[in-house]
Amino acid sequence: MLGKLNWSAIPLDQPIPMITSGVVVLVILGVLAWVVLAGHLPYLWREWITSVDHKRIGVMYTLLASVMLLRGFADAIMMRAQQALAFHSQGYLPPEHFNQIFSAHGTIMIFFVAMPFVIGLMNLVVPLQLGVRDVAFPTLNSVGFWLTATGALLVNISLVIGEFARTGWLPYPPLSELTYSPGVGVDYYTWSLEISGVGTLVAGINLVTTVLKMRTRGMSYMRMPMFCWTALASNLLIVAAFPILTATLAMLILDRYFGFHFFTNEAGGNVMMFMNLIWAWGHPEVYILVLPAFGIFSEVVSTFSGKPLFGYRSMVLATMAICVISFMVWLHHFFTMGAGPDVNAIFGIASMIIAVPTGVKIYNWLFTMYGGRIRFTSPMLWSIGFMVTFILGGLTGVLVAVPPADFLLHNSLFLVAHFHNVIIGGVLFGAFAGYTYWFPKAFGFRLHEGLGKAAFWFWLIGFYVAFMPLYAVGLLGMTRRMQHYDVPEWRPWLILAAFGAVLILIGIMFQIAQLVVSIRRRDELRDRTGDPWDARSLEWATASPPPAFNFAILPDVRGEDAYWDMKSRARQQDLQKQEPDYEDIEMPRNSPTGFVCAFFATLMGFALIWHIWWMVAAGLVGAFATFVVFAWRDHDEYIISAAEVARIDRANLAERRELVTAAGSA
Amino acid sequence: MNILDPQGPIGAADKTILIDSVAIMLAIVVPTIAAIFAFAFWFRASNPRAHYLPTWAHSGRIELVTWSIPALTVILLGGVAWIGAHQLDPARPVEGTGSPIRIQVVSLDWKWLFIYPDQGIATVNSLTVPAGAPLRFELTSASVMNVFFIPQLGSMIYTMNGMADHLELRADNEGNFQGLSAHFSGDGFPDMLFDVHVISPLAFPDWVASTARSDQVLNADSYGKLARQSIEPGRPTYRLDDPRLFGNIVTQQIPPGPGPHITSESAQSYLGAADAR
Repeated sequence: MLGKLNWSAIPLDQPIPMITSGVVVLVILGVLAWVVLAGHLPYLWREWITSVDHKRIGVMYTLLASVMLLRGFADAIMMRAQQALAFHSQGYLPPEHFNQIFSAHGTIMIFFVAMPFVIGLMNLVVPLQLGVRDVAFPTLNSVGFWLTATGALLVNISLVIGEFARTGWLPYPPLSELTYSPGVGVDYYTWSLEISGVGTLVAGINLVTTVLKMRTRGMSYMRMPMFCWTALASNLLIVAAFPILTATLAMLILDRYFGFHFFTNEAGGNVMMFMNLIWAWGHPEVYILVLPAFGIFSEVVSTFSGKPLFGYRSMVLATMAICVISFMVWLHHFFTMGAGPDVNAIFGIASMIIAVPTGVKIYNWLFTMYGGRIRFTSPMLWSIGFMVTFILGGLTGVLVAVPPADFLLHNSLFLVAHFHNVIIGGVLFGAFAGYTYWFPKAFGFRLHEGLGKAAFWFWLIGFYVAFMPLYAVGLLGMTRRMQHYDVPEWRPWLILAAFGAVLILIGIMFQIAQLVVSIRRRDELRDRTGDPWDARSLEWATASPPPAFNFAILPDVRGEDAYWDMKSRARQQDLQKQEPDYEDIEMPRNSPTGFVCAFFATLMGFALIWHIWWMVAAGLVGAFATFVVFAWRDHDEYIISAAEVARIDRANLAERRELVTAAGSA
Repeated sequence: MNILDPQGPIGAADKTILIDSVAIMLAIVVPTIAAIFAFAFWFRASNPRAHYLPTWAHSGRIELVTWSIPALTVILLGGVAWIGAHQLDPARPVEGTGSPIRIQVVSLDWKWLFIYPDQGIATVNSLTVPAGAPLRFELTSASVMNVFFIPQLGSMIYTMNGMADHLELRADNEGNFQGLSAHFSGDGFPDMLFDVHVISPLAFPDWVASTARSDQVLNADSYGKLARQSIEPGRPTYRLDDPRLFGNIVTQQIPPGPGPHITSESAQSYLGAADAR
């Protein structure tokens, strides 16, 4: 009836996961009870859960990423504490628990923090920057989000029911094969990522189509804001790379469920094939994450320097060069597998070549600052912090691309420090810069600056204190994923790194405080202009938060920095005089398809993990039925009347004019 | 285990390349970081002496330079990588005094087996080699992947079941060092540390002779016991029964390690720390 599932799956004898999950379940029940009792459920269902508005979906992606960041960080601080304690002892985490923690940490941070954060920001901003009303496939967008949430949910269910993978965030066979990992941990991993991977793929298809087909009048490719370019490059990579991940994990699933031999030791299986395939996805993945961050920094540096982006064409070229070359370097993840000197050297050099366009980007941001009037707001601080930190991460990255250096540093904590250096210093700082920068656009009020700056400094210093020691201990020969160790020289560095993690924790607390304080003081932080930063691209041309249709009249773009151009012309022409002709706007209807689909996918995923075959069938039929119902719908759009559009737009324009006049007379 | 304190020519050459590469990159990284701080500081909005160039966004000359600097650096480093990858190919023979010592390495769950086929002996978690002689390693794994790594001797390499890798190292100075597995291999992974004793070439035959007097024999039976998942706190030594043992492991005539035993009552913690120790 319940497959492999029975009471022994719940780790009642282990206090850490039990207490943690107890608290989490209580919090979730509390929030649910509040939502239901206060009567917010219809609002939540109508305006968020079934919403196909790209802005709402973007916000939900970001919210998912933020919540998962807390989970991933909790794992991180437990690991740092374990390694600080486990000298000549077992520490406080037994190996089977520690191994799950580092596997979950990597999986969650990449797939359920970094990915949803950048996809959320792209969802929110790209259609606005392109001057259009929605993405190409709004309902598919909602499906993509909810399937990602399904993956995150399954990973977290593994905390209470069963176990998570104990194989690392990439489950290398043969360790991940049934012979050596007979538990359900690897199954939780593979099914979470199969389901959320479909979600990511449809998000990628959706955004690529949006950028290619849905730009407003005059928005030619070479007038697109840099963030749209990087979003295009990143989503092209998603479309090309994620099917590899899905197929690779499907092969592992066939091995585990049906006794195939793709990657087993026996019967001609080849573990090296898994490494090649997983990194053929894995290395482009790095650029899927960091390219949108590069786009965010381009917007932020340009806005707060009060100048257009320096070397726009170079920047476009560099972005697309990275997009292509990132597919040609995967082998540098296993130079030490003995592939031979020619192969190693060629892939080493290819990896270094990526540093050229990346270096060009750094110089372009540098010269964007040159001749600027730089305002040190918190998004700008994240950007400068990024530039310095990322250069160091790039240096160590190119270093490990030199095969003989990698022969000493592969899999060491030096490598761990390197990729945290680029992922925290690049992706996460970019996500935080984008979060602070676009928060007023999404919600209509700014985030508290003082607390934001405090968060930045704790994150920045905490990062250096946490990860510079890992570089050092890597040079002392320490390899990653050690549950305990007996080498006295390693210990001081690991204690220092744990202290750095505490500093980052304080930074996260400041971010939470910033959000709470900003919501409480939203009236004084209100952005009534729609353009709180005096910025340059089209998302700032509409109200904050934008109406459902984004733009009452689709903008007409006449150059790069479209909104800056409009502002200059408006100033010369003494603001807009005559009223535009408003027309009826068709918008897509809300649809519960995504949520219902994800509900059935969750059932199916859970059932597959535990071999509950009737439930697998039920989930599959349910998900397919949902799709059929959606495909047979009669009404998929609703009309916002011209009068309603005019009312909303006039109110917005009136508010803006009032502010401009007030500023003019002051 | 400090890789910056190498004890042999491979480690020393790896380290030289590491240091040189960092130096080459620092030559452009340091000025760039300095420029970031300088530009950010000088062009702050509150500085009235800084020129504001609100439309300046293009300069062919600057862009030529910004593409050239990283490109030239990469050309230089690419040369280092090409030459280094060839000269320090792990399988490339190393010069040394005396005849090469052949050592066959098998990573087991969770211990290292070192077979000296020419000497007819084997050791677990303890590697003894003469100083100055070329060390010719052949490596495989009995079950999951591991990486054989002696930080102070240089290059590491993967061990994989069903195939043999080759690695050549040399230890120049006598002393006691440590090696480890550099690839996660399961619950006993952190205990895959092994001792490396580099002894004088004169003492090596004596060590071989004393080891050959071991009362334990490494044959299919005792190997089967070693291949089970466990942690080996001691440093057992063996007389080698069949010098073809390593070949039989590589060609899978001896089947791969069995993995964990699942007992029906504890499918959950099938390998708790308590059982493993």
